[in-house]
Amino acid sequence: MLLGETLLIALQSIRCNLFRASLTMLGIIIGVAAVITMVALGTGARAAIDEQMAALGGNILSISSSHWFNRGVARDQDTLTTDDAHALAIESEYFDGVVPEIDARQQVEYGNRNLISTILGTTPNYEEVHLFEVAIGRMFNESDDSARRRVAVLGSEIPGMLETDASSIVGRKIQIRSISFDVIGVLESKGSSGWRNPDDDIWIPLSTAQFRVTGNKLVENISVKVRDGVAIELAMVDIERILRREHGILPGADNDFSIMNRKQFLDSRQEATEVFTYLLAGIAGVSLVVGGIGIMNIMLVTVTERTREIGIRKAMGATKGNIMLQFLVEAMTLCLLGGGLGLALGAGASYFAAEFAGWQTQISFASVVMAFTFSAAVGLVFGIWPAKRAAGLDPIDALRYE
Amino acid sequence: MSAIPDSQTQPIIRLEDIERTYHMGAETIHALHGVSLTMERNEYTAVMGPSGSGKSTMMNVIGCLDTPTAGNYWLNGQLVSAMNDRQLAGARNRDIGFVFQTFNLLARMTALHNVEVPLIYAGVKRKERQARARQALDTVGLADRMLHRPSEMSGGQRQRVAIARALVTEPSILLADEPTGNLDSSTGAEIMRLFDILHEAGNTIIVVTHEPYIADHARRVIRLSDGQITSDGPSGEME
Ligand SMILES: Nc1ncnc2c1ncn2[C@@H]1O[C@H](COP(=O)(O)OP(=O)(O)OP(=O)(O)O)[C@@H](O)[C@H]1O
Ligand SMILES: [Mg+2]
Repeated sequence: MLLGETLLIALQSIRCNLFRASLTMLGIIIGVAAVITMVALGTGARAAIDEQMAALGGNILSISSSHWFNRGVARDQDTLTTDDAHALAIESEYFDGVVPEIDARQQVEYGNRNLISTILGTTPNYEEVHLFEVAIGRMFNESDDSARRRVAVLGSEIPGMLETDASSIVGRKIQIRSISFDVIGVLESKGSSGWRNPDDDIWIPLSTAQFRVTGNKLVENISVKVRDGVAIELAMVDIERILRREHGILPGADNDFSIMNRKQFLDSRQEATEVFTYLLAGIAGVSLVVGGIGIMNIMLVTVTERTREIGIRKAMGATKGNIMLQFLVEAMTLCLLGGGLGLALGAGASYFAAEFAGWQTQISFASVVMAFTFSAAVGLVFGIWPAKRAAGLDPIDALRYE
Repeated sequence: MSAIPDSQTQPIIRLEDIERTYHMGAETIHALHGVSLTMERNEYTAVMGPSGSGKSTMMNVIGCLDTPTAGNYWLNGQLVSAMNDRQLAGARNRDIGFVFQTFNLLARMTALHNVEVPLIYAGVKRKERQARARQALDTVGLADRMLHRPSEMSGGQRQRVAIARALVTEPSILLADEPTGNLDSSTGAEIMRLFDILHEAGNTIIVVTHEPYIADHARRVIRLSDGQITSDGPSGEME
């Protein structure tokens, strides 16, 4: 008998038992969709951290005047100064760049628009150390800084927030805290780094910021880029040595600053995400198994009916081969159809999670293969195995089967 | 037996000491107990006997649907127990048309599709298959019920679908297990006339029945009781 004819019988059989077929498929659909969505969430979360790591650009140590998470309450403890940054840059050969930084939320005006943005006062090498690229115009330079020029470089989203675009705002003036600044450049988008989005920040020279805003030499934070090949621990010891001396801290006394290693922090987050991914995959695996049990159940319930059908077909002249082929095609069709729909549903759910919940998702090929294989295996085993047994019976025994 | 079995000179059906036993716990039920018989080509036989005497069991064995516990069965001179799956399927498909006592139709398929099933396995192409299935249903008077499912038909209509299905491949042997059991006498007579025509066309027919008037159509009557043949002779010869 032709394969095409068998395919037709199988499809006809599915059509005649549409309800049962849909229930069977439902198990596959839900199982596949769950695995794909869950793994997509986990993979996406991991990919997001990978991106942040890449954006970090090597090993950057962040020094702040108090521990980073009580920065808010420790305002009066500000101890870092521009002099500290100078000392670090001059005295240690372990660093590729030392970037002091002040930041403040300020009102920004352009024409009749205004917004509140984070104004970062920093040195020109900020761009190089933190891997920013200039999209239009230029970054401020040493002479802008030493001359305390009122120039500003905008994050990529700022022009849009001021209802203009990058090319038209460069060369114009904006008001920061009612002081006029020349816009000299707009940066490329960097993307959110998790807790903040640098694309809506504004950069001005550090000296300008200290002169115009704070009126002293204090800085909030100094980023240090560790030279490639230098051990982080060595760099940290050196920073501690220099800053303790600069701050005149007596031996045995506590540091009045703290050093944070963002890479280490991201590494630990990466590990946590890994655990989270396995957890999600585990939950999805459970739903796949539950789906599989559903398939099994429906298959077993219909075995009686299918066994009688096999008896009839054999009595009418079907060979074992005919029967096996029919059931194989039927099971495959259900699995592929269900798997396809499950894939679509999983992809849809991942898309919605990304679009509306803002989670990063990434569909992994392995999860697609895994989910498909498992459902197909369940469908095949529980669809084919009873068929194989029934096909081996005398027709009359199959007809009597209960 | 002759040295070279020739299917034309061999009896079409030959049973030799056929046993079919069922074991129900310690008890052994002899559904068939030493049945031997020979049927020639174009014989028309009625099988009679009380309920539970083994009539259906014998028909199932002859129809290659059941395997005897002991004994030999030659179909067209070929030993059935030596046939492989393919040969058995071929015999069920081409040589034998079987009308089940309980119909055994595919519940979710239309009458037309049910009748098409044997033709599918015979490898008949779709167009011709449907034409022949329609023709067969027309013959049993179901032209207006082609697209009904078994659940949407009366017992007699289902029986006629089963008959159409048995006839559609034009088998040389027709085995009918109480084919008129659910039919009114006029429809029953109609079906029996159809069997007469098939007999005249050269087919071998075996009919299980309880009704003497049906047995009268046959030339030979075999009586079964407790799995054994109690009488075997020309019809009309009532004891
Ligand atoms: N699968 C089975 N298991 C056990 N016993 C069986 C089985 N099938 C048939 N029998 C027994 O074999 C005997 C013959 O059954 P069979 O169906 O051949 O009777 P029958 O002559 O066709 O009866 P009826 O006229 O009622 O159809 C019965 O006693 C029945 O109980
Ligand atoms: Mg019976």
